[in-house]
Amino acid sequence: MPLALEKIDIVAKRMVLAVQDYSIFCWQSVANLFRTPKYWGDVLQQADLIGVGSVPIVVLTGFFTGGVLALQSAQSLAQFGAQAYTGRFVSLSMIRELAPVLTGLMVSGRNAGGMASELGSMQVTEQIDAMRALGTDPMKKLVTPRMLSTVVMLFLLTIISDTLGTAGGAFVSVFINNQNGTQYFTSAYQALAYADIAQGLTKPLFFGFIIATIGCFFGMRTTGGTQGVGRSTTQAVVVSSILIIFVDFLLSRAMLWIFSGF
Amino acid sequence: MAYSVQFAHEPASAHGSSEPVVVFEHVSIGFNDLKVLKDVSFQVGPGETRILLGPAGVGKSVLLKLVNGLLRPDSGRILLFGEDITHMTERELFPLRTRTGMVFQEGALFDSLAVRDNVGYQLMERHKPVDEVDRRVRDSLRFVELEHTYDLLPASLSGGMRRRVAIARAIIDQPDLILYDSPTGGLDPITSTTIIELVVKERDVLGTPSLLVTHRLQDAFTMVTHRFDQTQNKMVPLPHGQINAKTSFLVLHDGKLIFDGTTAELITSQDPFIKEFLA
Repeated sequence: MPLALEKIDIVAKRMVLAVQDYSIFCWQSVANLFRTPKYWGDVLQQADLIGVGSVPIVVLTGFFTGGVLALQSAQSLAQFGAQAYTGRFVSLSMIRELAPVLTGLMVSGRNAGGMASELGSMQVTEQIDAMRALGTDPMKKLVTPRMLSTVVMLFLLTIISDTLGTAGGAFVSVFINNQNGTQYFTSAYQALAYADIAQGLTKPLFFGFIIATIGCFFGMRTTGGTQGVGRSTTQAVVVSSILIIFVDFLLSRAMLWIFSGF
Repeated sequence: MAYSVQFAHEPASAHGSSEPVVVFEHVSIGFNDLKVLKDVSFQVGPGETRILLGPAGVGKSVLLKLVNGLLRPDSGRILLFGEDITHMTERELFPLRTRTGMVFQEGALFDSLAVRDNVGYQLMERHKPVDEVDRRVRDSLRFVELEHTYDLLPASLSGGMRRRVAIARAIIDQPDLILYDSPTGGLDPITSTTIIELVVKERDVLGTPSLLVTHRLQDAFTMVTHRFDQTQNKMVPLPHGQINAKTSFLVLHDGKLIFDGTTAELITSQDPFIKEFLA
């Protein structure tokens, strides 16, 4: 086999193996939810670190994204005399798409990297092996609590982002574009259907799972000392961000098909 | 000051069982086409201390991790406490691992937990009452003479203190086997002697079988030529010409076990590598 083909063959096999390992990893992290012992204390601690710790960035991102949306859309809508629909535009964009994706990306940047570096450091200093040697399953103790906390907290953070995004849009509409506040909120509220909220709140469940499992997966596979920890951290952030955007596309397509029939 | 340390129960070796604690039968393992261990066979008997010698990077730590199933062999068979662990699942291995204490090369203490929580980790995992955990942690820390570090974080301990805390963590549940992975690696001679004194103390006071990995000959020979005197609470040399009969040697070279025998046999070995290694 020529050298180039041989290299492609090796890389392809490695990728398939990584996907296989990741699938098993995900399965174990979910299956552990139904196995004892349960580490509820770790779940709460992680919920605090991941969820409460991410509130400031989610608040700021949500508020300013809503504001920018209102700023940009009002100008375009005014050309058609439809500036009154700014609220509708902002709320639909935020709730369906921007709040889940942006919150996912922000939490991914903060926590997928954090998990990869924390578990990676534990791996290279043999703390994970020490845990196994002491009779504790690191998947149950370290991975499953992070996965459960991230899924639950990202769901709640997305609701915060939805709210703050709509509020940011209102702030810009009322104080900068001199629109009527009641008109904005009525338009924003009336545009929303059950399907929009269902779509917007289903996505963070998947995104939270991706952030935690990718962060932990790269952390637990770390080799090569401190340099390896840095590499795992970067890979975790890059892969989780790309996966969030890719899965968002798949979910949007699936949701449109489920709720709208096309 | 002399003292004795009270633990919850006696080790299995103290119950008079004659069954080997560890058995390796033709064990081989490799990583990425590189064979690390080739056809390794040996045993650790009850009450025995086996010292595994060999140059750095020869696979000593890999062998130690095979003993309690942290790594799986490519071929061969490993028995731990009489049970074949070669094909056991991770979940089946956990109960056996709780009977094994392991001291890692750099201590491997959980850096986000205080010394108390590190040492009492196993007991806390089993939801033992807080009073019992506190008492046994203090007992264990007293054994390694580090009771004052109870509330400290590992980051505030020196390298030698971390190893001693790691020993305290390994012995707290009075295991049936202790695995020491280069416990003196990277330490100065005085601290190394302190650590070896603790290993000898553990051997002579508690009588737990153990497998100790090292590339430092002076540590190995200190162990066979000394005993722990409980009345003086320190390690003392054995009378001239006497050696500890329960301590014997294994030597790894180029992935193969080239020696398995007593101190006298090691010293008189005609193997060129061993002669050079001992020189």
